[in-house]
Amino acid sequence: MDQIITSYCRIRDNEVIVNDRLIFYQENIVKFAEVLKSVYKQEQIIYPKFYKMDAISKLGFLATELVLKEKALEGYRPGTVGVVLSNSSSSLDTDIAHNETIKDRSSYFPSPSVFVYTLPNIVIGEICIRHKIKGENVFLISEAFNGKMLFSYVDELFTNERVDACLCGWVEALGNKYNAMIALVENNRPMQGTPAGFKPLLFNIENLNLIMTRN
Amino acid sequence: MEELIEKLKKEVIEQLNLEDINPDDINPDSPLFGEGLGLDSIDALELIVLLEKNYGIKIEDPKDGKKIFHSIRTMAEYITEHKK
Repeated sequence: MDQIITSYCRIRDNEVIVNDRLIFYQENIVKFAEVLKSVYKQEQIIYPKFYKMDAISKLGFLATELVLKEKALEGYRPGTVGVVLSNSSSSLDTDIAHNETIKDRSSYFPSPSVFVYTLPNIVIGEICIRHKIKGENVFLISEAFNGKMLFSYVDELFTNERVDACLCGWVEALGNKYNAMIALVENNRPMQGTPAGFKPLLFNIENLNLIMTRN
Repeated sequence: MEELIEKLKKEVIEQLNLEDINPDDINPDSPLFGEGLGLDSIDALELIVLLEKNYGIKIEDPKDGKKIFHSIRTMAEYITEHKK
């Protein structure tokens, strides 16, 4: 059975695209954190823990919210939904923040709430908690977005019937640079509902690369 | 004491990233955990760090935490008694 991308979200350069529609753009925002906060408020998401997350988790959480707002995970058992994410700098952004709290021995106050995010796969945990997902998950690291690697991993999960749906993509944040793409991949079932105005894409390397570079 | 309570409210909001909460929203006698602000176990650890970092108070026995961090007022009372 073929798989299709039924919904996706792209966040970078002060703009947010969901299923080919530009839903957010502000020219004058210079801080990445402000972009995330503005999108969170615009979309009227109510999840106080959002504010406590690190940058990667906020980014992945927001992109997933927007993907699933358009195409909910309906009819899936929690154990059959997977999450496969990737980036290049792992959790370095938070590792640096943690290091700031411990580098001065005379003022050594490591922050527990920072420390708990010093692993890249914590973003997957946040997404799974929010959406009650309990399937296969992995966080892959590569120098740059690697559509082939991402496709291969997710394709394998579908081929071996480990998942019936899978969120996959790229969630990169370091300093004020950020870039995220999350796509929902599902088996191509007849009569499957899709977001209004969005033509689902066949799940393949070309289309993953297309979404990543889409402006 | 009231001055310290107001200061603590601001510090707790900042330390715990309670973005949508203003100092006036916090009743100094309401429980910090379970209900009220709905704090979790990581927040509890952050409060321990806050006491040490801002007031030089180290909690030696973790069991005392439940009593100390019951509310903003109990925190303020503990700080008043133990501040170096």
